[in-house]
Amino acid sequence: MNDSYSYLDGNAAAGELREIFAVDVTTAGGQCAGCGRTAVLADVRLYVRAPGLVARCRECDAVLLRLVRGPGRAWLDLRGLTCLELAMPDDS
Amino acid sequence: MSWRVATVVALRDQSPTARSIYLDVPGWPGHAAGQHVDVRLTAPDGYTAVRSYSIASAVDGDGVELTVEQLADGEVSPYLGSELVVGDLLEIRGPIGGWFVWRPDQREPIQLIAGGSGVVPLLAIARSHSAAGNQSPIRLLYSVREPTSVIHSAELEELARRDDGLILTYAFTRSAPPGWNRPPGRVDAALLADSTWPTELSPTCYVCGPTGFVETVADLLVGAGHDPARVRTERFGPTGGIR
Amino acid sequence: MGIISRGFSGRRREHDPNLPPGQYLTDDFPVLSAGPTPRVPLDEWQFTITTESGQQHDWNWASFTALPTEQITVDLHCVTRWSKLGTAWEGVSLDTLFADVESAADYALVRSYGGYTTNLPVDDLLDGKAWVAFRYDGDDLAPAHGGPARLLVPHLYLWKSAKWVRGIELSDDDEPGFWESAGYHNYGDPWREQRYWGE
Repeated sequence: MNDSYSYLDGNAAAGELREIFAVDVTTAGGQCAGCGRTAVLADVRLYVRAPGLVARCRECDAVLLRLVRGPGRAWLDLRGLTCLELAMPDDS
Repeated sequence: MSWRVATVVALRDQSPTARSIYLDVPGWPGHAAGQHVDVRLTAPDGYTAVRSYSIASAVDGDGVELTVEQLADGEVSPYLGSELVVGDLLEIRGPIGGWFVWRPDQREPIQLIAGGSGVVPLLAIARSHSAAGNQSPIRLLYSVREPTSVIHSAELEELARRDDGLILTYAFTRSAPPGWNRPPGRVDAALLADSTWPTELSPTCYVCGPTGFVETVADLLVGAGHDPARVRTERFGPTGGIR
Repeated sequence: MGIISRGFSGRRREHDPNLPPGQYLTDDFPVLSAGPTPRVPLDEWQFTITTESGQQHDWNWASFTALPTEQITVDLHCVTRWSKLGTAWEGVSLDTLFADVESAADYALVRSYGGYTTNLPVDDLLDGKAWVAFRYDGDDLAPAHGGPARLLVPHLYLWKSAKWVRGIELSDDDEPGFWESAGYHNYGDPWREQRYWGE
């Protein structure tokens, strides 16, 4: 197998993230804290064959997000994203 | 979003290595075409394995159809592909994924490009498009290794027979049927130019398959002039994230 | 726990009383990675130990492979629960690499090509407990398993055995590495089942 294709995309994290967030964050936009590239989380590179999920920027490979699951706990590190932009229902 | 217990109500072989699993999921909230579910298996000692599978069916009450390709060194797919019988229970979570979806209120032309088992969510899109009576032009380019690798041929050809229905093109990478109009080979710019909507139509493209396939095809689409914002991708691969 | 799936057992998982708690034996050698596999040409490879005072000790591939090596057979325990017993490696002991290093530091931060890091007490690197390994099972260490060279610290969970190792920084402060800062245990003793924070 060509090792350069050992990743999937953010769609594969949707189930795990849906357990934590009340909304589907794979449709959210995020900005890489490393290089500033913006992307929808569904489109980021996702490594799943690891002790946790690791999402990386397609441009610079910096880690955007890490998710570790333990018994009764989850650790979510989002420091690789400057912020998330989520579509919200317009209540006005 | 919690786990639901689904009952296997039917099984159908799609190819020597793939079969469709028809589930009854009481209380299923419905799904959008392109979404997937997570399936969880639990062994007697409590060991669990979770994998993602795309939904093959259009919304149909409590019914959900999955198609599973058996991987030789897989842990879950051999169970789903060979061991599972009608009456068995499966835990599923979903529907999941809001980005790689097609909704009936979309009006633009649709280009579907499938690599191998990546055809499953695209079949759901084609079925949903037809069920909704959506009039936007829709095409599927379906790339497989060889003719026996094709899955859901009956459903795809039925959709293609309908007036203004799906325009279906097969592409073979390893061996083609005798007399095929193109020698076996990977999807390339020439094939896309021949068999997909031109950029002038501003189609939304949905590309699904193994990561290598998706990267190649997405690059070709953008290289041909498609707006990257109109190219949706879903990469398939072992989702056996280790717990 | 979810419902039991009739007829499902998953990959062969032998529970062996000699294994650390919660582990099972695996037949193969799973490749886990949090990112792309770095490709490091040997003529560019370097390994550096940096002391707390900033003193650097470097080896390139030639000087590194000229060092005395050891053939060792060790058991591997991954925090994801698989264990592989009796794995054969060849590597340079950290005792050899530290021979001329003057340091009173308590902690080490291990850095890898590709950006991976892990931390451990200096004591856990010394006295025959760790190697920089470059051959596995009679062959050059494959990139997927950490080649050209990886750290090997078999008495801790395998995430501490940093693949594609490039250096060790010594410090009086303990800085959590890639997984230690994301929920995994700071020390990681498989025999006390220290997988996650707070265990």
